[in-house]
Amino acid sequence: MQIDRRLISHFDWTLFLLALAFVLIGVTTIYSANYDVIQRHAGALPGRQLMWLGFGLIALFTALAFDYHYIDRLAYPFYGAMFLLLVVVLFLGHSGGGSQRWINLGFLRLQPSEPAKIAIVLVMAKYFQDDEPQRGYYLRDLWAPFALAAPLVLLTLVQPDLGTAIILGIVLISMILMGGLRTRSFLYLVGAGLAFLPVAWHFLKPYQRNRILTFLDPDRDPLGAGYHVIQSQIAIGSGRFFGKGYLHGTQNRLDFLPAQHTDFIFAVFSEEWGFVGCLILLLLYFALLVYCLGLVQRAKDRFGALLVFGMTAIFFWHVAINVAMVAGLMPVVGVPLPMVSYGGSALASMMFAIGIIMNVSMRRFIF
Amino acid sequence: MAISTGINRQDGAPKVRERVRWLYVLVVLAFLALITRLAFLQIFQGERYTFLSENNRIRLKRIPGTRGMMFDRQGQLLVDSRPSFDLIFTPEDSQDAKGTLGQLARYLGRDEKELLAVFEANKDRLAFEELTLGKDIDWPTVVAVETHQLDLPGVALRTRPRRNYVEGPMGAHILGYLGEIGSKQLKALKDQGYASGDEMGQYGLERRWENFLRGQSGGQQVEVDALGRRMRVLHEVPDVPGYTVRLTLDRELQETAFAALQGKEGAIVALDVNSGAVLAMVSTPAFDPNVFARSVKAEEWRALIKDQLRPLNNRATQGQYPPGSTFKIIMTIAGLEEGVIQPENHISDPGFYFFGNRQFRDWKKGGHGAVNLHRAIVESCDVYFYQLGPRIGIDKIAKWARAFGLGEKTGIALDDEKGGIVPDTEWKRKRFRQPWFPGETVSVAIGQGYLTVTPLQQAAMIAAVANGGTLYRPWIVRSVESVTGAVIRQYGPEKIRSIEIKPETLERLRNGLADVVKLPSGTGGAARSKIVAIAGKTGTSQVIEMKGAYLKSEQLSYFNRDHAWFVSYAPVENPQIAVAVLVEHGGHGGSAAAPMAKKVIEKFIEQQNRPAGQRQVRAEGDSRAN
Repeated sequence: MQIDRRLISHFDWTLFLLALAFVLIGVTTIYSANYDVIQRHAGALPGRQLMWLGFGLIALFTALAFDYHYIDRLAYPFYGAMFLLLVVVLFLGHSGGGSQRWINLGFLRLQPSEPAKIAIVLVMAKYFQDDEPQRGYYLRDLWAPFALAAPLVLLTLVQPDLGTAIILGIVLISMILMGGLRTRSFLYLVGAGLAFLPVAWHFLKPYQRNRILTFLDPDRDPLGAGYHVIQSQIAIGSGRFFGKGYLHGTQNRLDFLPAQHTDFIFAVFSEEWGFVGCLILLLLYFALLVYCLGLVQRAKDRFGALLVFGMTAIFFWHVAINVAMVAGLMPVVGVPLPMVSYGGSALASMMFAIGIIMNVSMRRFIF
Repeated sequence: MAISTGINRQDGAPKVRERVRWLYVLVVLAFLALITRLAFLQIFQGERYTFLSENNRIRLKRIPGTRGMMFDRQGQLLVDSRPSFDLIFTPEDSQDAKGTLGQLARYLGRDEKELLAVFEANKDRLAFEELTLGKDIDWPTVVAVETHQLDLPGVALRTRPRRNYVEGPMGAHILGYLGEIGSKQLKALKDQGYASGDEMGQYGLERRWENFLRGQSGGQQVEVDALGRRMRVLHEVPDVPGYTVRLTLDRELQETAFAALQGKEGAIVALDVNSGAVLAMVSTPAFDPNVFARSVKAEEWRALIKDQLRPLNNRATQGQYPPGSTFKIIMTIAGLEEGVIQPENHISDPGFYFFGNRQFRDWKKGGHGAVNLHRAIVESCDVYFYQLGPRIGIDKIAKWARAFGLGEKTGIALDDEKGGIVPDTEWKRKRFRQPWFPGETVSVAIGQGYLTVTPLQQAAMIAAVANGGTLYRPWIVRSVESVTGAVIRQYGPEKIRSIEIKPETLERLRNGLADVVKLPSGTGGAARSKIVAIAGKTGTSQVIEMKGAYLKSEQLSYFNRDHAWFVSYAPVENPQIAVAVLVEHGGHGGSAAAPMAKKVIEKFIEQQNRPAGQRQVRAEGDSRAN
């Protein structure tokens, strides 16, 4: 394959630099989250995240190197690979923190549920790429998208990884809605969803139910299930306007924060950088999302638009759910902050997503 | 792919494009919601969360001041504080308090229920208030807890000075003991810096001198992590150690007196004749105040309270006994001063004395024959004093008894002192609404009847006899010093009164008292010493009235046996030490009490004869070792 010189001149620096900015913020905050005041170092994690940034860049450039129309052919193989990896996790996976999510490759651990999010977008974009019916799809037309998504959702749910399963589900719904759904079908879907809630409640693990109850009343058990929510709010709130300063977050440093370098990294960041820092970080995400929505509109075909939209949806739901959860607006579910939270598979997958968006962005000028 | 034209491109995804417009709105709304929430937390609630985060990481720790030490008059250590470990638990620092306690119980080999009971009993404590699971725990426990620290979130060791009474029960009644502050006490003393769980003096000098001994609490602001582990000290207010209290007590004399009384119930008080300083004060049976320092166990406490022999009573200041024949000292003075006694006149003692229709017996069957005052004192002739009683009259007897401090508290700096009873007509009228019967004066004349005294009063009385008529208030604390040695308070002798008394009266009395010990016919021969001339008076006070038979003490059941008294001073020529001995149910004063007084006096004289330097060296060596 030849590299078109026009591609280089249309390289999307905006997306690329935004992505790097998030990773930079992420690594510095991971450093702080793991910083040991007494021993004056932060351990191996910031370095490991930088190593994953390397893999991420490879993924990003791989994703933009070929014309995104090849994805039409690659979507199902990619999906199949993800399905197989999740099955491997189910039987041979590495356990940590009460769930089995990883494949241990010795020098690194892979979390297949992260790229699975990408797989959902790819197959849905492929499925919905042709023009939709005049007044949208009937529900009965949607058996295939549901059938494709269901195995992935179920396989993450049994790990158990409620956060990722929710993301997979929401991204699926987002793609369906964007693909075009009849108004009445949409209402049916909402109704079915609501009816399903009690059933879902039944299948939740006790700790997951606890999280929801705790969200409704954080003081229910302030030293048990409510601990995370309360400590995280204390961290954010005590950051006040300008924050406590880098490496000076006491909530973080003294281990009051749960999962401080992964799902709760936003609390660490807020404590140290205050409202001003939060505003800047959220505006960066806002910029990313608005820019990507612009790309959805400017994409040269429906397939490209759907690809960009799917990736954008992934970013949006991650940011919204993560920040809402950490700030106590939502029950605690394990959803990372994209490109900022520690986690190699997530970082590489998000960089891959950025790469696909860039791919569509760069090729909108090429016919 | 699609045929590429501008039009085609524009129509690439028209419906998608249309829907995206709504997405902008969704994204803006979502971000507005998030930012509003953050502004609420960080700006509007920022102050509150800052307070919470400070509270999260900062614990205030009170450090009670190290309690002051007590030394005897020669600088020998009596009481200090040694370091000890308490096992404490902060349930908030453990995610699973009950699980942690179970784990702890396994490591310590203790019963889990016992620990859980402490936890359950303190359900309504303040957040982050520590629970004390064990006080003064032993070394294996310390090691076990230290080793498993990581498995025991919230469990910690706290060093705490523990009171150490060097000589155990020897000085228990004077030195006293500490106890955890009671809820009533806490209410009353809260503004004086006491807090729940503090220890304070509950008895003896520890209680009376609490304000000097206790020092000032300091505190630490400690930064802790989520598991309650101390990270560093942020701010510290040093505690101020309590003052050192130096006593007039002499550890050696105290030891001697305590040893002499071992196995008996009774009291010994030794005073400095010329100042009223308490050199020794012992009450038996005693208790070990170190037991209280270890947080007394319920059953130990119950045993102490229920003990029939009442070990918690300080018999020296709280025991009230009929003075028996020792009261003849007061009778002699009253008789001579009131002009009733013609010292050289002899009276005849047939062994009994009739007053009204009642017969009063002499202790000696068959009587003493013809006795004058001197012989009456030396042989303790009852009949001589019987006939003296009604002639002097109860009110004048009472006057002289009171002049020597009987019937009133001496005012020594120990709590709950008793004053004894010196009866007279007015007392009887008030107490029983009855007139005084002259026959009762006959009983009082030999120290029986309503009359009661404490051993301490007796010691002060005999000291006044020895020093020529000055009644001193007995005192125990010589000085209060700061840790650096600066003198805060200095105490000295305090006269209660100078008794107006003719020198010849005392002269006669003291000759008699000297001969009580010296002459073979004297009742106090058992106090005769090879190294010093001792003067004294024996006393045997009846517990029950004996009618008819003369029974030996051994023939009576224990609690009906007589109390034995001996009041004494030495040396005869230049009196320096006064000793009062009471042995409950000890039988005869001469045989039971007099030898004990002799031991204490001989130890005192031995000390006087010892080169001064030698004493000093030992004293300093001792205090340094502790």
